[in-house]
Amino acid sequence: MKENNVIEAEELTKEFGAFTAVNAISFEVKKGEIFGFLGANGAGKTTAMKMLIGISKPSSGKAKVAGFDVYAQAESIKKNIGYMSQKFALYDDLTVKENITFFGGIYGLSRARIKEKTKHLIMELGLDGIADQLVGSLPLGWKQKLSFSVSLLHEPKIVFLDEPTGGVDPITRRQFWEMIYKSANQGTTIFVTTHYMDEAEYCDRVSIMVDGRIEALDTPKKLKAQFNVDNMNDVFLKLARG
Amino acid sequence: MNTIAYIVQKEFKQIFRNKGMLPIIFILPILQLVILSNAATYEVKNIKFAYVDQDHSSTSRALVDRFNASSYFNVMTTFPSHEKASSAMLLGNVDVVLEIPKHFERDFIKEKASRLGITINAIDGAAAGVESGYINQIVQNFNKDLKVTYVGLSNKTPKPVNILSIPSFWYNITLDYKTFMVPGILVLLVSMITLFLSGMNIVREKEIGTLEQMNVTPIRKSQFIIGKLFPFWVIGMGLLTIGLILAKLIFDVPMVGSLLLLYGYTSIYILVILGMGLFISNFTDTQQQAMFIAWFFVVIFILMSGLFTPIESMPEWAQLLTEFNPIKYFVEIMRMVMLKGSGFSDILPLALKTLAYAIVMNGLAVWSYKKTA
Repeated sequence: MKENNVIEAEELTKEFGAFTAVNAISFEVKKGEIFGFLGANGAGKTTAMKMLIGISKPSSGKAKVAGFDVYAQAESIKKNIGYMSQKFALYDDLTVKENITFFGGIYGLSRARIKEKTKHLIMELGLDGIADQLVGSLPLGWKQKLSFSVSLLHEPKIVFLDEPTGGVDPITRRQFWEMIYKSANQGTTIFVTTHYMDEAEYCDRVSIMVDGRIEALDTPKKLKAQFNVDNMNDVFLKLARG
Repeated sequence: MNTIAYIVQKEFKQIFRNKGMLPIIFILPILQLVILSNAATYEVKNIKFAYVDQDHSSTSRALVDRFNASSYFNVMTTFPSHEKASSAMLLGNVDVVLEIPKHFERDFIKEKASRLGITINAIDGAAAGVESGYINQIVQNFNKDLKVTYVGLSNKTPKPVNILSIPSFWYNITLDYKTFMVPGILVLLVSMITLFLSGMNIVREKEIGTLEQMNVTPIRKSQFIIGKLFPFWVIGMGLLTIGLILAKLIFDVPMVGSLLLLYGYTSIYILVILGMGLFISNFTDTQQQAMFIAWFFVVIFILMSGLFTPIESMPEWAQLLTEFNPIKYFVEIMRMVMLKGSGFSDILPLALKTLAYAIVMNGLAVWSYKKTA
């Protein structure tokens, strides 16, 4: 693994019977990078991500995440990454504070550290008045921001975000991306999937998956130049339509 | 260790915050215990009795009076003919028909023998058996007294020696069915609630998507499972406690043996059920599926537990199957300890089997739980 890389995948493949969901993809992600992982629905993004976060064994190929092998060291990977799934995955029937305490606790943070993190997080997200409310009663945008912050609690090297801004209003989306930038600046690598092409423009580099393969991978600027269009939307359409 | 504490804390918060589930966990079992224990009895009472008297003699009337006097038979109706009585039975208005033929009294005096016709509605075979027993007893007693009146006086031959058996009922002297049923029903409640709760708990997290989030954390399988199941173990023990208190207060069921022994055994037993619940939830994707599978097993376990029908009277293959029925073990132990006062060494063989069961079941459950999607 190269010094600067936090994710390396080589010919990574996942087959379900006769169907190849992920077809020999290879790529690298550098430390502190915001890596956009794009593709149409069913292109294989989520499957690929699940292999990287250690909850799905690849059929073949190699991959290392945070220096650990996805086959043999899945549990070590889990210590070093954060994950925010498509589905909202905090506990609706626990309060904001209780969710933070719980997730801090299972990542092995000390009581004192959890307390400090909770205070900091509630202040930063402006959740003062509602820290003791059940998470289920919060608006979706707030939930997503909270969810992202919780996935960063244990200060992971890489955080995987699976369509984090789906169904969220433009203002909240903007705030969300400010949070992403902030943590990237602190050295966290961001691996993000999205369907919003304006968000793709915010990424340092972008890969586009079509039918299980990575068809394009570069900076947004170079991709636009390569396909001779002036926005990421057109790059995506050209590739996805074949 | 600390990780487990965080999970346990979270589970308890969620259980006690769920306003829909709380009453189901604690109030329903209590209601069931009270209702079922009073309703589930083997005693057959209020038998709808009818008779056809074609003799119209003092003897036939005396016989009918015997039935009248019994507390088991009521609704005395008389029919003019066998056909009328049969159609009443067809309609379900009558359970038992006694037919006293013509010349009943005359035959008895002259020939020293006479016949009676008895028809019993045997759709419920068990009840019919009991009814037949009651009828026989009444007729036998009547017969004995008649012999004294008619035969004994005229006949000078010495009376045969009567063999009298006096049963003494051990462990349940008054033959109180509640004493017999309450410990068993208590077992059902503890088992059902803990199986359903543990079976649905992890599947629920699958449904709402939080299980995937758990699987991405470095939490260990064993930590997660212990943290998840411990609260239900506590609830199971709590249910046992509530049930025992009710058994004493409402039904006055004796507690002959050691409470400590009972709790000790239950603590192992619940592990079997929890392992089973977890195993079910590992192989299902929705709470409905888990519920159906849990029901399937619970119904079989209950019917084959020896609670309602004795295991000794099952066919051999069925008796073999009951060896895999944890509820059977618990029913047996509960009755042994509560009613007979069995000690540690008495229940040891069953307790060891239960322990082995718990180890296998939880082993399977942990093995089949995969931290993958």
